[in-house]
Amino acid sequence: MTQTFSSTGHDTFVGSPRSRIDGPAKVTGLAKYAGEFAAPDLAYGYVVSSAIAKGRIAAIESAAAEAVPSVLKVITHENRPRTAWRDKNFQDAVAPPGSPFRALYDDLIVYSGQPVALVVAEDFETARYAASLIQVRYEAQEPTTDLRAVRGDAYDPPGKREGIKPPPEPWGDADQAFGSAPIRVQGAYTLANEHHNPMEPHATTVVVEEDGTYTVYDKIQGVSNSHQYLANVFGLKPDQVRVLNPYLGGGFGSGLRPQYQAFLAMLAAQELKRSVRVTLTRDQMWSFTYRGEALQSVSLGAEADGTLTALRHDAVQGTSHYEDYQEVIVNWSGVLYRCDNVALTYRIAKLDTATPGDMRAPGAVTGVFAIETAMDELAYATGMDPIALRLKNYAESDATAEGKPFGSKELKACFTQGAERFGWSKRSPEPRSMREGRELIGWGVATGVWESMMMQSNAIATLTADGRLTVGNSTGDIGTGTYTILTQIAADTLGLPMEAVTTKLGDTRLPEAPVAGGSWTAASSGTAVMKACRNVGEQVFKLARGLENSPLANVDFDRAVFADGRIAVAGDPSRSVSMVEVMRAAGVDKLEAVEEAGPDKDFNAAYQAYTHGAIFVEVKVDEELGQVRLTRVVSAIAAGKILNPKTARSQILGGVVMGIGSALEEESMLDHRFGRFMNHNLGEYHVPVHADIYDIDVIFVDEEDKANPLGVKGLGEIGIVGTAAAITNAVFHATGKRVRDLPITIDKLL
Amino acid sequence: MNRFDYVRAGTVAEAVQAYGAGARFIAGGTNLIDLMKYDVEKPGRLIDITRLPLDGIEEHDSGLRLGALATNAKVAYDERVAAQYPLLRNAILAGASAQLRNAASTGGNLLQRTRCYYFYDTATPCNKREPGTGCPAIGGVNRIHAIFGASESCIATHPSDMCVALAALEATVRVSGPQGERSIPFADFHRLPGNTPEQDTNLAPGEIVVSVDLPESKFPQHYTYLKLRDRLSYAFALVSVAAGVELDGDTIKTARLALGGVAHKPWRNREAEALLEGKPATRESFQQAADLIVSEAKPQSANGFKIDLARRAIVRGLEQAAAGTPQSLSDKRIQ
Amino acid sequence: MLREHSPPVRADTGLDITLTINGQRRELTVTPWTTLLDLLRERLDLTGTKKGCDHGQCGACTVLVNGTRVNACLTLAVMKDGAEITTVEGLAGLGDRGGSNALHPIQEAFIEHDAFQCGYCTPGQLCSSVGLMNEGHAHSREEIREAMSGNICRCGAYTNIVDAIEDVMQGAAR
Repeated sequence: MTQTFSSTGHDTFVGSPRSRIDGPAKVTGLAKYAGEFAAPDLAYGYVVSSAIAKGRIAAIESAAAEAVPSVLKVITHENRPRTAWRDKNFQDAVAPPGSPFRALYDDLIVYSGQPVALVVAEDFETARYAASLIQVRYEAQEPTTDLRAVRGDAYDPPGKREGIKPPPEPWGDADQAFGSAPIRVQGAYTLANEHHNPMEPHATTVVVEEDGTYTVYDKIQGVSNSHQYLANVFGLKPDQVRVLNPYLGGGFGSGLRPQYQAFLAMLAAQELKRSVRVTLTRDQMWSFTYRGEALQSVSLGAEADGTLTALRHDAVQGTSHYEDYQEVIVNWSGVLYRCDNVALTYRIAKLDTATPGDMRAPGAVTGVFAIETAMDELAYATGMDPIALRLKNYAESDATAEGKPFGSKELKACFTQGAERFGWSKRSPEPRSMREGRELIGWGVATGVWESMMMQSNAIATLTADGRLTVGNSTGDIGTGTYTILTQIAADTLGLPMEAVTTKLGDTRLPEAPVAGGSWTAASSGTAVMKACRNVGEQVFKLARGLENSPLANVDFDRAVFADGRIAVAGDPSRSVSMVEVMRAAGVDKLEAVEEAGPDKDFNAAYQAYTHGAIFVEVKVDEELGQVRLTRVVSAIAAGKILNPKTARSQILGGVVMGIGSALEEESMLDHRFGRFMNHNLGEYHVPVHADIYDIDVIFVDEEDKANPLGVKGLGEIGIVGTAAAITNAVFHATGKRVRDLPITIDKLL
Repeated sequence: MNRFDYVRAGTVAEAVQAYGAGARFIAGGTNLIDLMKYDVEKPGRLIDITRLPLDGIEEHDSGLRLGALATNAKVAYDERVAAQYPLLRNAILAGASAQLRNAASTGGNLLQRTRCYYFYDTATPCNKREPGTGCPAIGGVNRIHAIFGASESCIATHPSDMCVALAALEATVRVSGPQGERSIPFADFHRLPGNTPEQDTNLAPGEIVVSVDLPESKFPQHYTYLKLRDRLSYAFALVSVAAGVELDGDTIKTARLALGGVAHKPWRNREAEALLEGKPATRESFQQAADLIVSEAKPQSANGFKIDLARRAIVRGLEQAAAGTPQSLSDKRIQ
Repeated sequence: MLREHSPPVRADTGLDITLTINGQRRELTVTPWTTLLDLLRERLDLTGTKKGCDHGQCGACTVLVNGTRVNACLTLAVMKDGAEITTVEGLAGLGDRGGSNALHPIQEAFIEHDAFQCGYCTPGQLCSSVGLMNEGHAHSREEIREAMSGNICRCGAYTNIVDAIEDVMQGAAR
């Protein structure tokens, strides 16, 4: 086991609420996003999207577009420059098994909205206009986009996606136990197709430098992934391309994989030998990834006292024809509840859509919605309080991992503190028993769970003789507050004020770190930064100890305390030196270290690591008209150490708001005849607006965890998980209507 | 977006004169530019009418004259509108966003086009966009589509909130064109799709909306605009109800009722209004009117719920109007 | 400035207009199909104003035109000839608070209340907040929510944004 953070020095900043250090840049408009970097002689690419979902391009007529003055090039599959052709060159760091999509590769159309041409012009308006002149003739085939229609063809993916644990083997006999259980509930659950829709549309600016190298600003949740992809696809040496993305206008998973606009921008830049920007339209944000709906069924059998005796959770999810996307949907049921007879299955089926992708808490949002709704149904069937039922079947170890214990699990405290804050004890359990005028009031609760992960990650720390510390790596701050927490960690590790620390992220010239996803960035990059700073600290310490008449003479490093820009001896603050003075005296301009941090193998061999939450919601439903107002939310979270309560709270707020969207509003509606999402804009794909969001209360429950030296578990996903179930449960409590198909729009409550 | 000529008109006559085939007048632009970016609208010429002197709000006869260029926000926050036509104010403020209302004009609001997914998506056929190509909304994704007055050619709805109030208020649209000025009763301004869904209104080519005239105020107290939608703000109506009643004690003297989100135009049923008149202002009377109105409704494959929703919304809207407790704009609890 | 009644301008001809942007008068030649948003972002390098949807459905492009908040994406630049435009880059310069580096109170309040995460909707939220306060119609928390509903925040910072606006409105009232 490694030491916890507090033993490394003083927690001056870590653990305290701090405003975002990128705040001033973001509120003044100076923070630049991928599609905003200027370049001399910049050309603009505009994408033409396929009108059909399946078939081939019979002809593309681009002469009219090419004839428009200022149009530089129209690139189609017929004239595209050569790139790599092996699948492995197109496989990015987080690609699922399969043959990745290649834009403009040939005449085949594999999904609606697929790019079929790129028009490049001197200015944006000309590119957009010329794109409208391109005529594409298709030979269309009938697409299949209805998951229900291909459910029977679903299969167990032969190639497993890295990092995605397949369902465990069943234990006991769930079907037999269900058959003989005195109390049974069974239901089919669906969560609609959803699109991430970060506010910033995907964009890439490729700048051709004078020496022929490329500087690429790409909308990506980790520049190293784009870097590897672009180098492999375009046959470039790693040092011929540099990828940056200092700010990301929201990702939620849509920016984990390099998307086709990056490929097209690079293709055009290489071909035209000039800088090119490609920005997708909002409509085109429906043309590369989505949270795929899943058809789920859950069967629960229980004794009269609520003891679970049978648990079965099956899911079928869509994938594309070219990749086997996979996520963890059903395993959560086995993680959350202790039961002797459990069967969990997950299969996928081919659809004529783009490959689905990870979207905030992928799989967990979907699966936990089903199990946590089913548990609420079981609570009513047994006549138990929903919290009591959950505590009755509370898992003390992870049955999906051979019964390994949890490194920490303060879920009970989440229930206790959340219930207290919410006033759960005042709930009248009967459905339709609480009302206020014409509104029925419902209170619902659900559990949230997400895996706590850590990834191999590097970081650099540089201390200069002016007392400034610079730290960083290639991961991204996707709005999560990574700049801020890394600054806090670095400042505390070396005992400097936060103002003395500069954190740099999103640049492939910095040490490599993984994409920002999975809620692993705080643990991974945070630990790497801490280690790099420790290393630098040790270097200063050694210099200090070597100075003539050093107050640190004969002191071991583990007794060094870094505070206020000085190194002092633990327990003897009178013995200290200024780091700046040490470096000056030693004639050293800068001290630097790169360190790697990774998962603790011993810990992982012994324990399972998850974050948990208990979410309580109040809905008010107009009895006659079915309008739902979500008037109150309490989200109690156990996620280890909270580095910055201010930005941490925002992570949970964001997860809850997206969960509200998922429960009540979000649905990309397919017309299966066209194989096309029809409401592909923000006017008709509804995400929550200000008016939808009332008060949200966030509680962080104390939890000590030792999976990493910081004691952090990650916060990006946990806030959304369980939210939809809490809402469906509250709607049931209010109305007596059990809605198992999300979103709960008015029509489902009439 | 296609390329076009740009003309800035100084007078109505100049604007009308500049008109030719393929031209469009532009004021707020909030819908036209949106549609041009999708290549749904491809005007050869834009005639900028924003500098015409048509943005006033004046007393006229015993009512109010709203200049065609008065922005939605200007109308909504006009004190006379608030005092005498609060139904109009509430309908305007139930629509779009503050930013859009600051730009969108009164005339343009009348002329906004449907939000049908297929109309907006040039990858699919649409009789309104390209006559004769078919209507895939029929049998397609149509939960937002019409339940009244649709045809085999088109099941689109008119998206405006303001127009629903104007229909209930029985406004008059004053237009000017190559043949001079004329006035069109609001009920005759918009069309049902029939077999010419490409024509949303009865404006003749080259005609420009000059003003919307409101008759003497009848519903300063007993009114409501009740809008039901997929989120609590900034979404088009699934069903909306504009209701105004005049009461004589507990008896309904006059009732005006228009529905939004359910037809190719704001939907009125005069029989239902007549049925209410002379009846006691009770839920039972309101239910009778609602039943009569929805008896004409025809569902599409995915919007049958709108019939039930409309029935309930009409009853509630009339209750709100009769009680003088109009739907609040910011308190989302439905009174 | 164009004459009030200009003859038709040929499609391929640029038009000469004048805009005052963040207090600075600019004489520009624009094509009629250039939106105010694209003009700001692509020609003038004022990329603080964001393109989120380009169709008036998200509010990220909100700017103040003559003090009124509008969607720059649905505004043709040529139609605003003569107007005063304020973008997020110019918010700090609004009002008379002295000191060129001072932030507008709403900018400070956004930082204090953590009213953003990714920051992409933020310039629009800020300009919209200032527009809202100029309008003077919103007084309560629920009125602020309704009046800000044209600005979508996918990161879900809504409650913090309303806190920030309330804070500034109360400060102004004191």
